[in-house]
Amino acid sequence: MTRFRVAVHIVPRRGLLDPQGKAVADALRSLGFDGVDDVHVGRHIVAEVRAADAKAAEAQVRAMCAKLLANPVTEDFEIAGVNAA
Amino acid sequence: MKIGVITFPGSNCDEDTVVAVERVGATAVRLWHKAHDLEGSEIVILPGGFSYGDYLRAGAIARFSPIMQEVVAHAKAGRPVIGICNGFQIACEAGLLPGALLRNASLKFVSDTVRLRVENVDTMFTNRYAKGQVVRIPIAHGDGRYHADADVVARLEGEGQVVFRYVNAAGQQAPDANPNGAINDIAGIVSAEGHVLGLMPHPERALDASLGSADGLPFFESLLARVAA
Repeated sequence: MTRFRVAVHIVPRRGLLDPQGKAVADALRSLGFDGVDDVHVGRHIVAEVRAADAKAAEAQVRAMCAKLLANPVTEDFEIAGVNAA
Repeated sequence: MKIGVITFPGSNCDEDTVVAVERVGATAVRLWHKAHDLEGSEIVILPGGFSYGDYLRAGAIARFSPIMQEVVAHAKAGRPVIGICNGFQIACEAGLLPGALLRNASLKFVSDTVRLRVENVDTMFTNRYAKGQVVRIPIAHGDGRYHADADVVARLEGEGQVVFRYVNAAGQQAPDANPNGAINDIAGIVSAEGHVLGLMPHPERALDASLGSADGLPFFESLLARVAA
């Protein structure tokens, strides 16, 4: 078994009202960042797991997302990185 | 009748709920989140508060409390479960009700007394109200924006599962009468089978006119009426 650090991005589902992202986008525009079309605020979670290989580590974290880390009704997730710890 | 009230770490409306249950003459059973026994409760109430500090998402961790296994089994057996505020969030996370509660559209925690229209009085939770009755009930939440997929919302509406809706003083739906941006002004819903109810407002905080409103009393009286019937 090897230790892996698996990072996952969890973001509000596209099209869902994201008031926090909108507030941040408004703030950025007021700072002069005129190119900002939209901002989405989510969570970045790093899980340290033991697994036979990177693929198995990623599969573990995907299962965690489906069961707990992300809400399937309102959020999407993507694995951002799998690295040996 | 025995009505169980669960205390999670971070619950803060459990005692108010116990008072409400006792006020209408039922027996309140205080249940600890680590217990594995509902102690004969015929109805279980998940009270308001901030269970587990709302870590990850409101209700997401409480769902895995030991006692929630018993609550889910209780509900799956067709027995009544009520989720109030944080309890509504827990019930959604546990899959007992469809949808989810998101951050208020204003991004602000809202503590206020709002008006609700009782949309369905043919439930065991609302039979002491009149259809279309407008009641005043307090709210206090930061994550109360009910959301579900469009097909789920259509089903809720079509089947009369929307039980409480935010309205203005005239009893009409209006953008400024909706405190959190909930879809279709939904404040409370009931499961398709009719035995699981979730609502963001706090009927247990509306038991006495001298404290602002007694409009929550019929909610608890409805529970007894069902058994008497």
